[in-house]
Amino acid sequence: MGRTVREAALGFRRAPLLTGLSALMVGLALFVLGLFSLVTHNIRSAVADLEERVEVVAYLRETAQPAEIESAIQTLGALPGVEEVRFFSKAQALERARQELPEIAEVSADLAVNPFPASLEIRFLPGSPTAESVGAVAAAASGFPFVEDVRYGREWVERLFLLRRIGAITTLILGGAFAIVATLIIGTAIRIAVFARRDEIFIMRLVGARDSLIRRPLLLEGAVTGLMGGTLAALLTWGAYQAVYHLLFKLEWIPPGWMWGGLLLGVLFGAMASNLAVRRHLKEV
Amino acid sequence: MIKLLNVSKVYKRTGSALEDLTFEVPKGQFVFLTGHSGSGKSTTLRLVHMAERPTTGEVRVVGFSSQRTPPREVWKIRRRVGFVFQDFRLLPGRTALENVAFALEVTGAPRGEVRAMAQRLLSKVGLSAKAASPVHQLSGGEQQRVTIARALASEPLVLLADEPTGNLDDRATRGVLDLFWQINALGMAVIMATHDLELIRSYPAARVLELDQGRLVFDSHQPAGGR
Repeated sequence: MGRTVREAALGFRRAPLLTGLSALMVGLALFVLGLFSLVTHNIRSAVADLEERVEVVAYLRETAQPAEIESAIQTLGALPGVEEVRFFSKAQALERARQELPEIAEVSADLAVNPFPASLEIRFLPGSPTAESVGAVAAAASGFPFVEDVRYGREWVERLFLLRRIGAITTLILGGAFAIVATLIIGTAIRIAVFARRDEIFIMRLVGARDSLIRRPLLLEGAVTGLMGGTLAALLTWGAYQAVYHLLFKLEWIPPGWMWGGLLLGVLFGAMASNLAVRRHLKEV
Repeated sequence: MIKLLNVSKVYKRTGSALEDLTFEVPKGQFVFLTGHSGSGKSTTLRLVHMAERPTTGEVRVVGFSSQRTPPREVWKIRRRVGFVFQDFRLLPGRTALENVAFALEVTGAPRGEVRAMAQRLLSKVGLSAKAASPVHQLSGGEQQRVTIARALASEPLVLLADEPTGNLDDRATRGVLDLFWQINALGMAVIMATHDLELIRSYPAARVLELDQGRLVFDSHQPAGGR
């Protein structure tokens, strides 16, 4: 282990420019990934806020009986993705209208009859609603004979979920593409490092050094280069975040888990790319 | 020690390099492997060093068979079979001592003893005074002595040399050859590839194997049959 660390450190010392450039290349590739994560996280966060507001409202006929309503609450509450079903009586609906709309408050005293219908408001578990599940719950609510009308802003909900789906696919494709680019860059950087040491590797094989002894310092170099690149990318992303936050608009910083994950990814990509480059080189010599 | 049994080697691009080669080298023998350029000398040495595997036939070296030794085990053979090249293959920018020490270190010599061991090896090849010299400042003959010291680092049983005097003048050539004989006298088998017939004639005690177009056409230990 001592030799592995010593040789890896020696590799950095012998070619500081190469190491610096490799880390810079990796850092820039991961920076793009970092920016992309920042954008993705904020879009997801915005979509999640909107999703929390998605609800289905079933307006009840005057003739609806309490037992029927209770049964509907049980049935709808048991549907997948439903968090809660709340009953609002005619009186509660009027009271809410008075609070939310001052115009109603002024005229309501003159009303002989309460025009607001009783309703069932169905809320969904965070992250679980889809256009299909919301539609299914709305259809189930419409099926009760004492339900007069069901509203949930169908078009709006469908667009919202389409946006989320596009976001997920874009994340997958672009994120994957940038990850591949980062791996290729690290791989190329390590291949250059391996090439710079080709004489040493040749001699090591010639005199009977074990392959693991040849491979380990280069693996460590790859992992450290990945870590350096990852750290650089995190700093650049943080700088970009601060600039946008203070100069353009407020946005959320990516979750710490994502950032640590990104650094770990840098280390893993570095080690993996290094391993591939060394294996390939060892096959050739 | 070394046995080649009906060995053939065919390359995809250049075709046949060796054809049905069979010979044996016992412990402590000095062998000149000769022939024209392209006759298969280097290929034979590479097969003995397990840098390549035969297309057909079997190579047995210090108890390892080409048919049963996986690539991950080849390092064990390399520690028992030293190799010297015509173009030295030294690490540029390092001293003679550092070049030998590198070989010792990567083959597991105790770290605290590496320098002393490297110094002893350089003394063995008559180069102790040049231990601290960067290799690019050494003459061809001196550089070749460093490569020999490096090849001896793991105390091999066999020393392979591929045209080791090809880049040297007459005096340096004699010096290197004498060194090989001294090493051989200690019990190490030496197989040296060369096309220099003058050199071969001046060491009549050595066995001579001659290759032509990948075939063994002369073996001085079996003069009547040719092989």
